[in-house]
Amino acid sequence: MATAEKKKKFRGVVYVAPERCKGCAICVEFCPTGAITMSDRFNSKGYHYPEFTYPDKCTGCGLCGMYCPDFAIYGFREKIGEGA
Amino acid sequence: MSVVEGIKENPVEEFLRTDRLPHVWCSGCGIGTTVNCFARAVKECGIPLNDLAIVSGIGCTGRVAGYLRLDSFHTTHGRAIAFATGLHLANPELKVVVYSGDGDLVGIGGNHFIHAARRNLDITVILINNFTYAMTGGQVTPTAPLDSIETTTPYGVFEQNFNLPHLAASCGAVYVARWTAYHVMQVKKAMVEALNKKGFSFIEIIAPCPTIYLRRNRLGSAIDELKYYKEHSVIQHGADTRDVGIDIRRPEKIIVGKFVDIEKPDYLTAMNEHLGEVLGDKYVRWGE
Repeated sequence: MATAEKKKKFRGVVYVAPERCKGCAICVEFCPTGAITMSDRFNSKGYHYPEFTYPDKCTGCGLCGMYCPDFAIYGFREKIGEGA
Repeated sequence: MSVVEGIKENPVEEFLRTDRLPHVWCSGCGIGTTVNCFARAVKECGIPLNDLAIVSGIGCTGRVAGYLRLDSFHTTHGRAIAFATGLHLANPELKVVVYSGDGDLVGIGGNHFIHAARRNLDITVILINNFTYAMTGGQVTPTAPLDSIETTTPYGVFEQNFNLPHLAASCGAVYVARWTAYHVMQVKKAMVEALNKKGFSFIEIIAPCPTIYLRRNRLGSAIDELKYYKEHSVIQHGADTRDVGIDIRRPEKIIVGKFVDIEKPDYLTAMNEHLGEVLGDKYVRWGE
């Protein structure tokens, strides 16, 4: 881009509760920016759970939390404080 | 989405009985997604949680009542609307939501459904349609499309199925909408509208059942099904409900949207008006 990159005011954050996840991967499939991927690790029930791999891509739309049938993931927007 | 700071727990957590999680629904099941939407809709409506009651029947969707931290009632098979009717008439200030499946509400309890819609009782009915009785192993429901394979129809369904929005609309529901589990934002919005609507409001949500319906019919995984909804659903608000039936297993288009939104006096209003007219001052109005 020719112009300087617009300073971001918000940062998208995603939290995952691995023990609730059943590994359906709907959040990974329907994340609009592809910020989430499936982990190689397992939870105690033997399911792969999602990981917040690319925080830079996340816009904090919260769709992952809307789609999750197991209430195991949710995203939101966080204000970037001064100096951050 | 609003800006929140320092939030450390899921926004729907306060609506869930977290000690019961993880729930019994299969991986990829659409019911959990709709519960998510429902919790957010209740939050957006701002209804005090003490004024909201949820009634479920039996089946996979019937478990919803057990997972929501509201006044919830898990009733006998097919009788969710019958219980909700009593609950609403005994305490008209309560907002009653019936949350159940297709087999429960229109299969076993079809008669309660049509009469609640005919009387225009002030309740909200959320029907999760997965085209099968999933909890008991996949028997055929009245909504199963032609040619679909179920446990009790190994050679395919040959009966005509129900067109649920048309059934509700022709029986007199004042709010009728259909969405799929893919349309989460629209489902949430429809739930907000239905909760604020006076009268019998009905939302049909088509949801994937990966373990029973999709597997038996070889339709792929839950993600494939959601992608199918994404590609083949057509939003037609105000569409004629006669044309929105899902007759075959993989229709070219699923018509979704808000089909009916009209104003009509509900059961208690009509009762108070009529009896007030006939009995005069003797009559004590109920629920106002």
